[in-house]
Amino acid sequence: MTDAYIEVQNVSFSRGERLIYENVSLTIPRGKITAVMGPSGTGKTTLLRLIAAQLAPDSGAVLVDGQNIHSLSRSNLYKARKKMGMLFQSGALFSDMSVAENIAFPMEEHTKLDAEAISNRVLEKLYSVGLRGAAELMPSELSGGMARRVALARAIALDPELVMYDEPFTGQDPISKGVLVKLIRQLNDSAKITSVLVSHDVEESLSIADHVCILAGGRVIAEGSAEEIKASDNAEVQQFLNGEPDGPVPFHYPESSSVADKVSL
Amino acid sequence: MRSKRIELFVGAFIVVGIMAFVYLAVQVSGLAFSDKKDTYQIVARFDDIGGLSNRAKVTIAGVNIGSVESITLDKDLYMGLVTMNIDSDVDNIPTDSSIAILTSGLLGEKYLGLSIGADDEMLTDGGEIFDTQSALVLETLISQFLFKAGDSE
Amino acid sequence: MKMVAELGAALLNWLESVGRAGIFLIQSVFRLPVRPKESLNLLVKQLYSVGVLSLVIVVVSGAFIGMVLALQGYSILAKFGSEEAVGQLLALALLRELGPVVTALLFAGRAGSSLTAEIGLMKATEQLSSFEMMGVDPLRRVIAPRFIAGVICLPLLSLIFSATGIIGGLIVSVNWLGVHDGAFWSLMQQSVYFDTDILNGFIKAVFFSVAVTWIAVYQGYECVPTSEGIGKATTRTVVLGSLAILALDFVLTAAMFGDF
Ligand SMILES: Nc1ncnc2c1ncn2[C@@H]1O[C@H](COP(=O)(O)OP(=O)(O)OP(=O)(O)O)[C@@H](O)[C@H]1O
Ligand SMILES: [Mg+2]
Repeated sequence: MTDAYIEVQNVSFSRGERLIYENVSLTIPRGKITAVMGPSGTGKTTLLRLIAAQLAPDSGAVLVDGQNIHSLSRSNLYKARKKMGMLFQSGALFSDMSVAENIAFPMEEHTKLDAEAISNRVLEKLYSVGLRGAAELMPSELSGGMARRVALARAIALDPELVMYDEPFTGQDPISKGVLVKLIRQLNDSAKITSVLVSHDVEESLSIADHVCILAGGRVIAEGSAEEIKASDNAEVQQFLNGEPDGPVPFHYPESSSVADKVSL
Repeated sequence: MRSKRIELFVGAFIVVGIMAFVYLAVQVSGLAFSDKKDTYQIVARFDDIGGLSNRAKVTIAGVNIGSVESITLDKDLYMGLVTMNIDSDVDNIPTDSSIAILTSGLLGEKYLGLSIGADDEMLTDGGEIFDTQSALVLETLISQFLFKAGDSE
Repeated sequence: MKMVAELGAALLNWLESVGRAGIFLIQSVFRLPVRPKESLNLLVKQLYSVGVLSLVIVVVSGAFIGMVLALQGYSILAKFGSEEAVGQLLALALLRELGPVVTALLFAGRAGSSLTAEIGLMKATEQLSSFEMMGVDPLRRVIAPRFIAGVICLPLLSLIFSATGIIGGLIVSVNWLGVHDGAFWSLMQQSVYFDTDILNGFIKAVFFSVAVTWIAVYQGYECVPTSEGIGKATTRTVVLGSLAILALDFVLTAAMFGDF
């Protein structure tokens, strides 16, 4: 086993009555790209929030760089988060700041750089996502795909040790998708960042991921290198990779038997 | 650039707020900041203070020279003990002056009116005016009037 | 038996939410800012949107209420031949009651609702989570400047309201109805005291500002992050805020003027 940056140990988590994770364990190796895949609604975003300690598990532990992140004091947790970057599924840009200010914000908050150094780095980050020309725009003036790329630039602004990308490819045209794939790969290789990539794009994910986790139904159904996953003879995995509607993984959100009686419109 | 203008507006807002405060204090409540004059206290006992209240004004010839500080009951004499602050520059009130509870207008507020005596000695801090005239209580007046009217018939 | 248990549970629930709101307030306001200059900028921005933008509605309402009070007061006082007392009536009504209460009600509708909606939308669009993920406390960054701005602005607005009300009443009674202006002012100055009237009114406004702003930011922060949830939270801010103002006003009036 390689050196693990994140270890999820026997984590259970539920939202109200609904159990989302039951006794899940997985590892995210240091300095590699880990792709987390799974059907919509299985809890991939939830997993990222558990890692960032925005949600606390019912039982089990999440170790980030050897520390149990949920047992940290508030100030230590905030310190730990400075080493993490997160690209939210919705982008989550600050709507009262321009694109450039959004990216400058974490640097202003946590570094002692002067204004000029910050603005240089902002332009550099924007250039890397191909949006240098949009620096002065407000978030409301961006398209969905552009907003996500700005959010990505913001997530990597502090050169974190760990970057979590929640669906970076959604809403991107083939060209920017290709650029983003390259960017993620390059960030990972040059800066020795640990990356967690949540995505539905099987092809893109498998092409850049060193390590792959497939979640379904509150469990990890497969974990291993991209090749191992592709070669897997597990029926669930094959169904997911090939996008077959019928198979062991249900397309439908689980129903209780009486649901047809309850739903009346 | 935009934030400079915001700062300007906020500054103006705060200044207007403070100006409103000063306006209310000076123009509406008549508070004069130089008015923190020295005062001395004198007392007077009344049979009936009849609606006189704290801070009622004290006048000589209709001119305001001080205000009522407190009103308490003198438990030994069963009289109303009125303590008042008099401006220090009015230091020539003879000890045999008399004081009356008056009413401004028919239903207006009660105030104290001093009538100057002839003594050579002047009141000082802690002094007392002995010649007091109580408030005119409307009910007493009316009943007196009715009583007298009944008498003459 | 069951009813008692339910009542008890409801009470505990209520106490818990009060406690949560209290802790929330303490955590947002009583933590020192990391970057003082940045915090000042944020505060100025909020002073602008909470205070300056409420100025028009406060000034206009203040002037009209003062004018109406003067008209109504004049028509009654003139029957007793003491129309000069209209200044006294105007000043006491505005300074003791209408200034703080009406301003606070307007503030709850104008600034409180927009604070709730803004914070709620920041929650719904994960901006608050985003601050958290960057190691920036959203309570200090988002809530604190808004709360402090509200507490600063409402008392100032209330003073401005009273002042414009008195000016409005002055115009109506002296310039239109012909009340003697010397008598207008002197009667007013005789009966208005700086401490019992102006200061007490100001203290009322401070209490209202804490209550309304607290409710507004808390409702925004705790709302269900959907368009419906934000709508409901905004409504709750206005309703709860107004009720809190009126209830507090009763308590404060009893405490301040009760022995008169
Ligand atoms: N705030 C919430 N309250 C209650 N349940 C929630 C909440 N957020 C998510 N869930 C539930 O948790 C489950 C996992 O949600 P999550 O957002 O992690 O899914 P996901 O795997 O990221 O899906 P997608 O690929 O569509 O983004 C969902 O089934 C959802 O019903
Ligand atoms: Mg998701």
